[in-house]
Amino acid sequence: MSANEPAVPGAPLLEVENLTVGFGPRGKVNQVVHGISFSLESGRCLAIVGESGSGKTVTARTLVGLTGERSQVGAGRLELNGKSLLGLSNRGWRAVRGAEIGFVLQDALVSLDPLRKVGKEIAEPLRIHGWGERSKREQKVIELLTEVGVPEPEVRARQLPHELSGGLRQRALIASAIALDPGLLVADEPTTALDVTVQAQILALLEKTKERGRGLILISHDLAVVSRLADEVAVMRLGEIVEQGPVDQILRTPQHPYTKALLDAVPAAHSKGTRLAPRVEGAYIPAGDPQLPTVVGNRQPIITAEDLVKSFRGPDGVSRTAVDHVSLEIRPGETLGIVGESGSGKTTTARIVLALADPDSGNVTLRGKPWTTLREKDRRQRRRRISVVYQDPLSSFDPRWTVRRIVDDAIADEDYKGKEQRTARVLELLGHVGIGEELLERRPLQLSGGQRQRVAIARALAPKPELIVCDEPVSALDVSIQAQVLDLLADLQAELGLAYLFISHDLGVIYHVSDRVMVMKDGKVVESGSADEVFHSPREVYTQQLLAALPRLERAEPAPKAVPA
Amino acid sequence: MSSAADVLTPVPFPGGGPAAPAGGRVFTRIRGIRPAVALAVIYLAVIAVAAIAPSLLTSQDPLQVNLADSLQSPSVEYPFGTDQSGRSVYTRVIYGARESVLIGIGATAVGLGLAALLGVAAGLGGKVVDGAVNRLLEVLFSFPGLLLALFLVAIFGSGVSTQIIAVGIASAPGYARMIRGQVLQVKGADYVIASKALGHPPSRTLFKNILPNAFRPLVVLATLGVGQSIVWASALSFLGLGVAPPAPEWGAMLDAGRDYIQTAWWLTVFPGAAIVAFTLAATCIGRYLQRRIEGETY
Repeated sequence: MSANEPAVPGAPLLEVENLTVGFGPRGKVNQVVHGISFSLESGRCLAIVGESGSGKTVTARTLVGLTGERSQVGAGRLELNGKSLLGLSNRGWRAVRGAEIGFVLQDALVSLDPLRKVGKEIAEPLRIHGWGERSKREQKVIELLTEVGVPEPEVRARQLPHELSGGLRQRALIASAIALDPGLLVADEPTTALDVTVQAQILALLEKTKERGRGLILISHDLAVVSRLADEVAVMRLGEIVEQGPVDQILRTPQHPYTKALLDAVPAAHSKGTRLAPRVEGAYIPAGDPQLPTVVGNRQPIITAEDLVKSFRGPDGVSRTAVDHVSLEIRPGETLGIVGESGSGKTTTARIVLALADPDSGNVTLRGKPWTTLREKDRRQRRRRISVVYQDPLSSFDPRWTVRRIVDDAIADEDYKGKEQRTARVLELLGHVGIGEELLERRPLQLSGGQRQRVAIARALAPKPELIVCDEPVSALDVSIQAQVLDLLADLQAELGLAYLFISHDLGVIYHVSDRVMVMKDGKVVESGSADEVFHSPREVYTQQLLAALPRLERAEPAPKAVPA
Repeated sequence: MSSAADVLTPVPFPGGGPAAPAGGRVFTRIRGIRPAVALAVIYLAVIAVAAIAPSLLTSQDPLQVNLADSLQSPSVEYPFGTDQSGRSVYTRVIYGARESVLIGIGATAVGLGLAALLGVAAGLGGKVVDGAVNRLLEVLFSFPGLLLALFLVAIFGSGVSTQIIAVGIASAPGYARMIRGQVLQVKGADYVIASKALGHPPSRTLFKNILPNAFRPLVVLATLGVGQSIVWASALSFLGLGVAPPAPEWGAMLDAGRDYIQTAWWLTVFPGAAIVAFTLAATCIGRYLQRRIEGETY
């Protein structure tokens, strides 16, 4: 593939100078990328890191000419192997895409044609670029699937995307991107929706591509993922590169305050009791000492669950055990973290604790009194002792309601009477979560993701609960917003002595928030213990695998604290 | 007239996303309103005046027989011409608005009311009720709507109230299916589970969350239904099963005019146009509302 060799030896594979991208009609262009420059050599990986709205995805799409009709792309230079990509026609881009630049999209399920067999999809770039005969192409597809580590490639090639797991779909996408062995691979959040063990496999696969001498541009919001693969890192914010340099330098001695804030926001690097985000001006500051409340004496547990079993009948009629003999206990003021990959039964466990699902056997007691065995009518007034914060706050709010009504609805009728008293209480609750009066009449859709989750927390506080069940409360949020929400939860715990049952697939988040941790797999508790025990000296093989798969900021020594005065 | 005033006053603009400035709502005047919508509003305003105070729009009597002027083609004195008894077609179309609109709105209300009962029962009543309601709806569906209406008229005799009930019942199954689907969907929504987790009794969740959200898309559907009901009611009148002959009603006028369709086109064209325009206007505004409402929350 001579096309992939640099025209001039030693010259960069890709060179981008002063790239600007905007959208909209001429004269009213809304610019989202403001003059960024970078270059990449073969066999190296440049990671572009940023949060939503930073312009990183637009940048990736520009490199493959997929910004759409309404975009305005300008650059001093945009060259691949010394050949300019600027002003390329659609036809010209089609010749480049696939053959010289491979593109791996974020969500493999929506990026693959649902009605086309996986093998056909992978053969598509080969066909478009006129590669070989049909039978030869089919053979190549099998080779490619084998190369990306798909077991039983002949079978998989004949399946539809929805019949494959998330990890296999992502592999198929990568297979399609590297079908013609392009010299440059652009991967936009290639592992974001995947479980950590699968993520590790995909990262290893990308690493192999890099080792074969191909250039890799990796777009990610996750600094830990990046630290594993990247040689260079560019940190983007609001369409500009705020800092750029070798990965060690960026992770160890970041210069720009934004990079520092991003590194600080990574929960995995900080155990419980440390703050992730700098305090926001005017934000709620707890009156008490923000030290973590350790388990308070021998006080009676809020929740005791014994030997819970719950199974569901699948669409194929086969019964599957979602929760398999799980016992747990939550004491006042402590956080129990449940960590596990998708399908491990963690959410079902939480639903049973909340008495939103009844266990097949076993039972839960609330403050030593029956809970799951009660009739719904008798449970009702006691439900206020346990609140919930859901993963997707938007769908957990009535779309017609304003912030005021959402919070007001959760305040007990008997405790606060009259409009004035109730409004005061709503404002007090919103004050706890750092939401001002000006958002009172907004509807959920008019709030940002972080604001929504804050309102959800305010609603959870309204019934004055002893325990809040947090079901993946931060997994939909940007890392800096995630940091603020995690800090907020910690502050509230310190102030109000709340207990949390915290559920997440993210080991880093669980490590950061938990006093005690339960690792779940296939409905069973694999390991449990204090957060330190489980994370620093795991006994079980599965926990060790999970931890090994977790990309860490390995090269980053204790990140320098970046709390501005 | 009231509808025109309502729509043209400043309405809260559904500011989307977090970009909306602090302070909540942004008020803006409708400027980019499409001409079709404006026209529909004006037409409905005229119809509303005709229904409430027809004498404002015509000085003639809709029942005034004047055989000397029978079957005159449209002129300045008789803009829509006259019928076989010399009555002004224009005046009769104006006076007919009240009954026609009453039938349209009444039948839609009856249909929706019935559908709400059936749909909510099916959505919330569990397997047995749902099954029973669904079988009933299937039976109703398998009857052509008009035939069902005819059947009811045959039982209860003709007249405006029978017409309203008949058309209402005939249109109920479609609405009922929709309400049932909505209720089922909303019932499983996260915010309904959230309400349960807060310890709210089911009645509170039902009235505060499930019903309002399930009925929201029906606001629009109802506007479309009004036009549809008038057409159905007109069909009944056309078949001689609606309003008694001397009384002016659009469908009845069509019926009376059909004998003269080759010699006096205006007898059928003008009431027909009134029905078509009313349906179009109601549909147009219905769709406009749909866009605005759904743009607000989805």
